[in-house]
Amino acid sequence: MNESYYIKGKTGLWEVAIGLELHARIISKAKLFSGSASTFGGDANTQVSLLDAAMPGMLPVINRKCVEQALRTSLALRAKINLHSVFERKHYFYADLPHGYQITQYKDPIANDGELLLDLPNGKIKSVKIERLQLEQDAGKLLHEQNPYTTYLDLNRAGIALMEIVSKPDLSSPEEAKLYVNKLRLIMRYIGTCDGNMQEGSLRVDVNVSVNKPGKPLGTYCEIKNINSVRFIYQAIEQEANRQINILENGCQIYKETCLFDPMKNKIQSMRSKEEAHDYRYFKDPDLPPLVLEQLLIDELNNELPELPDAKKARLMSEFNLSSYDVNILVEDCTVADWYEQLAKQSNPKIAANWMISELFGALNKAGKNLSDSPISPKALSELLNMIENGYISGRIAKTVFAVMFKTGKSAISIVKEKNLSQTLDHSIIENIIDNILIAHASNVKKYKEGKHKLFSFFVGEAIKKSQGRANPNVVNQLLRDKLDS
Amino acid sequence: MNDFLNLSLAEARTRLAARDISSTELTKAYLDRIEATASLNAYITITHEQAMLGAAQSDARLAKGEGGILEGIGIAVKDLFCTNGVQTTAASRILDGFIPMYESTVTTNLWNAGAILLGKTNLDEFAMGSSNTTSYYGAVESPWRSTDAPDKKLVPGGSSGGSAAAVAARSAIAAIGTDTGGSIRQPASFSGIVGMKPTYGRCSRWGIIAFASSLDQAGPMTRTVEDASILLQVMASYDPKDSTSAQAAMPNLLSDLNKSIKGMIIGVPIEYQIDSLPEETSKIWKQGVNWLKSEGADIVYISMPHTKYALATYYIIAPAEASSNLARYDGVRYGLRINEKNITDMYTHTRTEGFGEEVKRRILLGTYVLSSGYYDAYYLKAQKMRNLLYQDFNQAFEKVDTILTPTTPSDAFEIGDNKDDPLKMYLQDVFTVPASLVGLPSISVPVGLSKRGLPIGLQVIGRMFDENSVVRIGRTLERAAQFKAMTAMVEDTTKDE
Repeated sequence: MNESYYIKGKTGLWEVAIGLELHARIISKAKLFSGSASTFGGDANTQVSLLDAAMPGMLPVINRKCVEQALRTSLALRAKINLHSVFERKHYFYADLPHGYQITQYKDPIANDGELLLDLPNGKIKSVKIERLQLEQDAGKLLHEQNPYTTYLDLNRAGIALMEIVSKPDLSSPEEAKLYVNKLRLIMRYIGTCDGNMQEGSLRVDVNVSVNKPGKPLGTYCEIKNINSVRFIYQAIEQEANRQINILENGCQIYKETCLFDPMKNKIQSMRSKEEAHDYRYFKDPDLPPLVLEQLLIDELNNELPELPDAKKARLMSEFNLSSYDVNILVEDCTVADWYEQLAKQSNPKIAANWMISELFGALNKAGKNLSDSPISPKALSELLNMIENGYISGRIAKTVFAVMFKTGKSAISIVKEKNLSQTLDHSIIENIIDNILIAHASNVKKYKEGKHKLFSFFVGEAIKKSQGRANPNVVNQLLRDKLDS
Repeated sequence: MNDFLNLSLAEARTRLAARDISSTELTKAYLDRIEATASLNAYITITHEQAMLGAAQSDARLAKGEGGILEGIGIAVKDLFCTNGVQTTAASRILDGFIPMYESTVTTNLWNAGAILLGKTNLDEFAMGSSNTTSYYGAVESPWRSTDAPDKKLVPGGSSGGSAAAVAARSAIAAIGTDTGGSIRQPASFSGIVGMKPTYGRCSRWGIIAFASSLDQAGPMTRTVEDASILLQVMASYDPKDSTSAQAAMPNLLSDLNKSIKGMIIGVPIEYQIDSLPEETSKIWKQGVNWLKSEGADIVYISMPHTKYALATYYIIAPAEASSNLARYDGVRYGLRINEKNITDMYTHTRTEGFGEEVKRRILLGTYVLSSGYYDAYYLKAQKMRNLLYQDFNQAFEKVDTILTPTTPSDAFEIGDNKDDPLKMYLQDVFTVPASLVGLPSISVPVGLSKRGLPIGLQVIGRMFDENSVVRIGRTLERAAQFKAMTAMVEDTTKDE
């Protein structure tokens, strides 16, 4: 296992064990227990119901749409869904938590025992176990920047539905943690349950890190809370693992702590130790009966689930005979894969993959556009690719045509016609060009005839060049052979 | 004037519909009476203008032969129900001046039926208490006085003490309260009126300031069982805004009210015969049994072995839920805020000064029993015991139709008594909490006077959603007891006229 991740300390090699807790904001119109809108970015306190503000006498009512989203996610993670799950109250005082408790799930979450498969860089597949998936409310937001003396409160986010997805400490490197987050985000985007936007806080990650000597049991872990980018997850794990190794190698012990990662300083800071740990006083929320689900609903949702990334990847590889590298790029986004499939159905799939990945993505990147804004449709691109395939234009010319298509949105055919770019099929013209080349390079012709056959490609190149790329290479080849070898 | 004050709700309805009296006259009479009995401190807020305006509108509807079931009748509402545009305090300083911009479902049902808000009645702070002495707005005084110490002020019971005192003193024709562990039935018993707690889930809790969510239920407080039935019929409804609301429709409570109880089986639980039960309570209970027997009911003595744990169970579960429900009163968004330099101090001072002693005691109790390390020993055990109590009742109801018990161990005590002895105060709820923990419908009906001339009530407990049997047995007791006793205060007004 020399591919494994180790950290070299003074006393030898250390292994790292990482577990991740993801908080994923559910895509839904309304909040988990109230009817107010759950869109991101509204003016402060414009999406707040009486319940969200914890007004006296207000009661929560479960939003079934959010439950269905959690079920879809659980199904996509092959988790065991609990037909009977329970909402509990988790208590702590903070101004962004209007009720003084968060409604969450604790002992009986909506799903347990899921699994996520990671494609490791060495080509192997790693299974990461998911311990639980639970539904819970988000908190509001404190605004400190508006006034130096006062903190303001924005409750728009208070009560928005989150899924907390907790992995086992199965991950053994920062790279695997990164792959895990990316894969989980990809799956949720495929099924439309979370947009995964980390900048907007749609996806927030808590990381549990421990270190141990190879062959020894896992160490005591520390939790690093609320990391909001994949890069920071990577850095935070490295920092924390090294911090712990340093402590252990100096003969001290690790105490369970909650920490924050400061990306500016690239440093882990302790938030609270075990002695200061909150006593959350969980108990069943008496305002909410247990969440009881029908197997029928779960079966229905399962049947409606779209093709997931792993399945799509396997299918594209076998159906279109693509490389694993190409497919990984294509399935990275559901819309990309769909786009590709439309293209591949109307043209040579391998050429289609190459063109989409190198030419189209290149042009989109350069223009700062998304695939959805592409000025070229799958059908338009397939027409271009088919012109190459049929020998109507050369690959080189096609790139020129592509550039014009991208710029103007015109069809390949109209551009080729307009600029008279089609490969010249008229033998007499090509013959004329070749005759001129053979005269101009009479000495090379002589050498060729003496046996320097490598010069054949020189003549081909010259002919193509002279034709400005409009001569069909096959025709050039045939004519040259006729003239030189006869 | 006393004519209006001595009307039952049922009689007032008939006379209003017949246009024999007007809502304006009726409402005016009660508003005047509220003023005349102001010393009882039964009301926190009196909605004088709103009530007179409502009465005029009701009269207009009545004149056209229109109007709802409670058209033109003024009702007193416990100040735990949120009322749109009218101060709602839960009798706590922390909510002093709080004006909701929404109306509770139960009161909405009342107003939709044509009822008029007379005012918001006093209560124990956050409905925590059995004496109505813990209110930020001062104690409520019972209109009753004992014959042995007529100069001593007595408690009306609690927590719906203001509602009970108002109905007893005739400053409301009827009132609504809430019952968590006996907060309707115990003050009804102390004040010589009828109080009923329906099945948990019958009345929506939406808009009622929460004390203990798994126990809180709204209910009527009236002078007769018929009035309680009329009022409850209007209060109850399925409410999708309350996830614990019952979908089953409430049967017509009036249809069987006066039917014979011949052949019904009444259970008498032997465990309610506690050692400390005063002889006179025991005697009245036996009297109740005999009345029902002579009306043709079969009496069965039953055992409910876990009864003795009910009170302890209640005083774990209710404070646990309360500690959680009251966490929202933090000075951040509404209500009292004591400004401090940092948020922790702001919380501490706001809650220290905003809550009274009893509320703080229960928050501490609740916080303790939910704490890690104690949760299993207290809260979890209490939940298990709640299940056993549920089984006790289930088994009993295989044999009997309703259960008859005293409502409270004794008659009303003096204001200030039991103040330094919370345990003794909590004992007030010993007979009412079992039905609360199991969510069963139960009613307290005044049936007699103690030696000191104070009212004593009996409690009828029914099966889940069988309010019909409860009011029917209650009505039978009422008819047999012919409880006509009036407080001196009410008699005085009668004489004045």
